[in-house]
Amino acid sequence: MLDAILGGLNGLVAGFVNLHWSNPVMIIVGLVLLYLGIKKDFEPLLLVPIGFGCILVNIPLTGLMEEGGFLKIIYDAGVITEVFPLLIFVGIGAMTDFGPLLENPKIFLLGAAGQFGIFLTLALALALGFTKLEAVSIGIIGACDGPTAIYVTSKYAPHLLGAVSVAAYSYMSLVPVFQPPIMKLLTTKKERMINMGVVRKSASKTTRIVFPLVVTVIGGLIAPKGLPLLGTIMLGNLMKECGVVSRLTKASENEIANIVTLLLGISIGATMDGKVFITPQTLIILALGFLAICLDTACGVLFGKLMNFLSGGKINPLIGAAGISAYPMSARVVQKEGQKYNPKNYLLMHAMGSNTGGQVGSVMAAAVMLSVLKGMGII
Amino acid sequence: MDNWTFGVTMIVVGMGGTLLTLWILSLIMSGLKKAFPYKKEE
Repeated sequence: MLDAILGGLNGLVAGFVNLHWSNPVMIIVGLVLLYLGIKKDFEPLLLVPIGFGCILVNIPLTGLMEEGGFLKIIYDAGVITEVFPLLIFVGIGAMTDFGPLLENPKIFLLGAAGQFGIFLTLALALALGFTKLEAVSIGIIGACDGPTAIYVTSKYAPHLLGAVSVAAYSYMSLVPVFQPPIMKLLTTKKERMINMGVVRKSASKTTRIVFPLVVTVIGGLIAPKGLPLLGTIMLGNLMKECGVVSRLTKASENEIANIVTLLLGISIGATMDGKVFITPQTLIILALGFLAICLDTACGVLFGKLMNFLSGGKINPLIGAAGISAYPMSARVVQKEGQKYNPKNYLLMHAMGSNTGGQVGSVMAAAVMLSVLKGMGII
Repeated sequence: MDNWTFGVTMIVVGMGGTLLTLWILSLIMSGLKKAFPYKKEE
């Protein structure tokens, strides 16, 4: 009788007994993510489920991430199979207006320059001793694009998924904090004051419909390994632009995106088990991810300066900072900074063009990277 | 393949490939805008 009572009591304290020192630390990390999402409004749609998933998985003996556990089932079904990030891409494509980019297709180049940080950080990660595929996954944080980072990392370095995704989403939300000083440092006051005029609507409906098809076919032929990423975002955009499947478009940008975001967020949080997450490696990944996004901004602004020089002073280099995938935050930052120096300046639509170029650019960079890896026989 | 070769290849081919692809796309889109010009009634 006494044994049974003691056994029963033992069951009630087992959670405390099995608590590893890293678990409370990660529960605090989860609470910080919740705080950032709820109180500071930093990417709440993702940081709230990630933060909660992080808390859940750090409570011992729950078996949530063991075979048959509900988080493991979600993780295996959507993250390991890469289905979740791809479904989110359909929604992103359906939500994104590539119009400003089509008004001035040259701005596409800023979307490419805004990805250079990926490759520079990859090289740095290699120098710091990470394996090739780990370095690829760390570099991809510089895409500043959560689903792309998750897609690549879940495929090639799943053990880094928690750190990479938290870095990608947290830094995306910090764009308004770290971009302005870089923009100011790399441009002169005269450059920041350049007025680019008004964006006039000049892309026909046919052009808008053909755009996703061209990107899919050309991009797919150049970088076939990245076609799932490109194809899904362009499918979403085709549905939006053709205007005949509004039910599917609405479902993609609302119901599907919302459900998948919840499941993706909670299963990413579930990879943040303290015993595997709290390592010096995680801190290095977080630092490298931050560096990648800063380098993207710097390369975008520098490329903007080059385009300004080549165009005879017609391009405000600030819009280069929006050549990353953090849409539309980055474009808003450019608009705000531009108006600080010239209140009559209205850079928003130009920056939106650069920003949507960055969205295609980040997916294209990942696609190119995967195809180069395949070509070298590494994957 | 050693890390040095891998890193340099990724920088050159990766960055170059991304830039080249988006440049090609920008040229095609410029061509499409000319082929299908915007009409005011749109």
